[in-house]
Parts: sequence; C-alpha cells; structure tokens
Amino acid sequence: MIYAAILAGGKGTRMGNISMPKQFLTLKDRPIIIHTIEKFILNDRFEKIIVISPKEWLNHTKDIIKKYIGEEERIAVTEGGKDRNESIMSGIRYIDEEFGINDEDIIVTHDSVRPFLTHRIIEENINYALEYGAVDTAIEAIDTIIQSEDGESISDIPVRSTMYQGQTPQSFNIKKIVKLYKSLSEKEKSILTDACKICSLNGTTVKIVPGELFNIKITTPYDLKVAQALFKESTVHD
Amino acid sequence: MINQIYQLVSPRQYEVAYKEFSLNDDHIIVRPTHLSICRADQRYYTGKRGKETLAKKLPMSLIHEGIGKIVYDPKKEFKVGTKVVMVPNTPTESDEIIAENYLESSKFRSSGFDGFMQDYVFLDRDRVVPLFKEMDPNVAAFIELITISMHALSRFEKKAHSRRNVFGVWGDGSLGFITALLLKRAYKNSKVIVFGKNAHKLERFSFVDQSYQIDNIPSNVRIDHAFECVGGIGSQSAINQIIDTITPEGSISLLGVSEYPVEVNTRMILEKGITLIGSSRSGRQDFVNTVDFLKENQDIIEYLETLIESVQPVKTIQDIINAFEKDLTSSWGKTIMLWRI
Repeated sequence: MIYAAILAGGKGTRMGNISMPKQFLTLKDRPIIIHTIEKFILNDRFEKIIVISPKEWLNHTKDIIKKYIGEEERIAVTEGGKDRNESIMSGIRYIDEEFGINDEDIIVTHDSVRPFLTHRIIEENINYALEYGAVDTAIEAIDTIIQSEDGESISDIPVRSTMYQGQTPQSFNIKKIVKLYKSLSEKEKSILTDACKICSLNGTTVKIVPGELFNIKITTPYDLKVAQALFKESTVHD
Repeated sequence: MINQIYQLVSPRQYEVAYKEFSLNDDHIIVRPTHLSICRADQRYYTGKRGKETLAKKLPMSLIHEGIGKIVYDPKKEFKVGTKVVMVPNTPTESDEIIAENYLESSKFRSSGFDGFMQDYVFLDRDRVVPLFKEMDPNVAAFIELITISMHALSRFEKKAHSRRNVFGVWGDGSLGFITALLLKRAYKNSKVIVFGKNAHKLERFSFVDQSYQIDNIPSNVRIDHAFECVGGIGSQSAINQIIDTITPEGSISLLGVSEYPVEVNTRMILEKGITLIGSSRSGRQDFVNTVDFLKENQDIIEYLETLIESVQPVKTIQDIINAFEKDLTSSWGKTIMLWRI
C-alpha cells in the first residue's frame, strides 16, 4: 500500500519572533499545512495520509484539518519524534499498528511547509519508490555550491553540473528504510538526519525526481513573502 | 489548495500561475489526463488573435478539449477515479429559449477564462460527463470537437426541411471529417458528399459516398443541405460554392470560424430561399448525446482514431511548447497531450 507522511515537526524557530510553528502560518487565508495536505488528498493512490505533528500541537493540527478540510477518513494525525527521521519512524509505527507492513509498501514523506508541490512530483515519487525503493526530489543547483570545512575559507568547489538542491518529497520502501535506520548506531542517527543519505551510504540507488523551482520550503519570513508574491497575476510580456 | 495553472502570457510563452482553491466549494475536481490542441488555441499561441484581443485575454490557460479523472467530489456523488469529459462552456444562468452556448453571459474555457492546462481543474457539478469503459482516451480527448458537429446536427434537425437525400460537407479537415462521419451514421439512407481542397486529405474520407476537389466539381452535382466546416478566409468561397450547388430551400449550417468578415452572395440566398444556420460551440446536452452516440456506435471510434496525428507526453512547460509547435507543422489531424505535468 501507499502512504503519505506530512512532516510538521518544526516549531518555528527560524521564522523569527513568531509563537506559532511555521506550518500553521496563513498563506492565502489558509494555514500552509492545509494547502499541503490537500494536494495529497487529491491523489487517490494514498491509503492513508499521516500528518506528523509535535505533541503540543496535535490538537491544533486536528482542529484546523476539521475546520478547513472537514471529515476525511484518509487523514490521521500522530505525534512526531525528536528529529526528522524519528518523526518518519513514528509515522511508520502508526502504519504498522493500524495496518501492518507488507514488503511492497511505500511511504512518501513531505515537508508540511512545501505547499507548492505538483501532481507530477507526487506521482513520480510513488512510481519510482515502487520501482527503486528510494526516491529524492531535487532541482539542478542554480548557484555554484562552495564547500567550507571551517566556515571561513573554501575547502572545495564541486562542479556545478553535478550539484542538485534537495527538496521533498522523499519516498521509501517502508521495510527497507526501517531496516537501514535500525542498523545505525545512536551517533550515526544523530549525524545522518537525511533519510535519503542513509539509503545512499548503504549503496541503495536513490532515484531523483525532478522538483520544481517553485516547490519552495517556507521557513523564513522572506520565504513567506516570496510565497505570497507567487499568487500575484503573471505579467504579460511584450 | 494551491493549484498550478499553465498560462500563455504572450505568443509562444507559457508561465506557471498559482491560484488558491478550496476543496469544499462544491466543485468537482478533475485531474486532466488527455488534452487535445484546437485551432483556436493555436490562434492564441501564435499570436494571430490580434494585439487587442491578446492584451485583453492573456495571461490565460489554453485548451478546451480534454478528459480527466475525478479526484474529489465534496458531495461524494461521483466516485473518485471516474473518467470524464470536461465541458468547456460554463453558463451562469439558464434560458428556456436560448441554448447555454449562445447565452452572452456564458463563459468558455480558453477564451475568456482559464482552459484545462492546470494541475487540477475545478468544475461546476454539471460540467463533467462520465465516459464509458471502452472509449479510447486519445479519441475521447477531442470529444469536444465531436460535440460541435453533434450540436450542428441537432440544430439542423430542428430547423431544416425534411428532404435529406444528399448532404454536402465542405472542408477536408478534422471538423469536416467528423461531421461527414456523423451524418453518414445519423442518416443511413442519405448520400454524403465531401468537398475539399486537398486530394490527400479527401482520400481519408473512405466512408463517404463521393468526394470532390473544390476546383473540379461536375456541374450536375446538387445537394439538399450543406455543412460548411472550412473557416478562415476560405469560408467565403466555400459558402458561395454551396449557394451555387444547393437546391432551393436547402439549409447551410455554418461551423467554420473566421477572423474576417465574409462576403456572401445574398441575391442567390434570397432567390433560392436558403436558410443559413449559425452553429457555435456546444453545451452539456451535446456532450451527453455525443458520449451516448459513441457508445452505441463504437465502430466509428476506429474512424476517429485515424484523426490522431500525434500523441505527446507533457511533463514540463518545454513539452507544452514542443507539442504546440509539432501540431503547427502537421497538415492533418489532432495533437494529443498526455498530461503528466
């Protein structure tokens, strides 16, 4: 079966002096997370859409889903873990308890603060996860990426044509990601915060789905301004 | 939900626009799967509509021929996954005399408001008509074009006299092909003659009783009623040729759209007592009739398949442009976009 996990673990520390986590901020009169969940509702291949929220925001998450979306039996809200991977595992535990996990089951994990994703991105994540077992969504790097070990001087400038910027969704065969994650030591778990990296280090092929430039992550006041600006009417070019 | 809408912003230039929709506004939400390019879309794409019209209507999403599957119905009347054809005409009122596609208040997709090139299309409840299982999706993509002929036939049926021994169809393009095909099937005992410019296109009309090139029509050919499917500046010579060929009191159904005013021989229209029947676009009932007709006459779907010139998978804006450009270079048939963007 095919599951979605909307990761709403963030507590908004990057959004400046705002008391509410960024996924609940309003974009076009609706909380950002609602826009994101709705894109998943419109794909009937998902058996369940699991929204993973910090414990103290569980009620709020449930309330706004009820308010803006109404009763939707495919949505479940569950508590997240201490970091991103723990939150994914928490979603997987929910699936295991409710449905059990079969060999071919996959999970499409997505940032709740990326509401601009498209039908194609979701479809390709599902298709490639079923075929390859691990998928990342990425766009070609626009800026040159520079690497610095000490934050003060350049240690390397990788060739730009081989550089991509990671987005989400990231999608996995559930059994595969659980097995890989469980094989890590606690120290490795604390370093390897990206689930695709866990797969890649293990030698698993992680298929890339082309993302979109506009599939932005809204985590700073600047991002929110950009997101709001995207709704303005396109200008006609001469 | 944030919906992506792929809009033409100026000739040959597409951009993504973002619009916010609620799932609970009693709209049926359809994911487009197969879209078909119409000549009218090309007039926008290439900038032939004229600067003033473009300035008024763009940015706008093109395409008004297409099918998709229902992904959400807030009232749960339609099953998710139901394959439907989308109706581009969108009335805002009803009238007991005037059909929905002639009401001045009606809106039409890809001519005044956004067409089907969107991540999801939000439609009024009665703007979708379910398809049947056996329907070829690439043919279904241009059902809207078939409804144009179907609509013209139903108008003809109401307004023309009852002698239907010989029909003449002017135009050897897709609309002429479809109209001739429907006439042949709807009036089994009648003779259908096609009049066209291009011998290689006329050869494709294997199902008609006779075809003539327009510069080589025998002088004794007579028809009871005519359907003009030419459009553009060619409408003028087609209509005047029809006036010369038609028997008195016949009807001429006009289907071809022209950007230019067309001069016609009114003296002979008067003398012969000819009825001109204007016919434009179509409404929900024409879609229902067309789907029913195709279901009952499934063998004609094979004829319609021969109209498919090219099927293009579309995943990016560049793919949209490639599909439109390819369509421009093909001399026959329809370009279908497999909508995977």
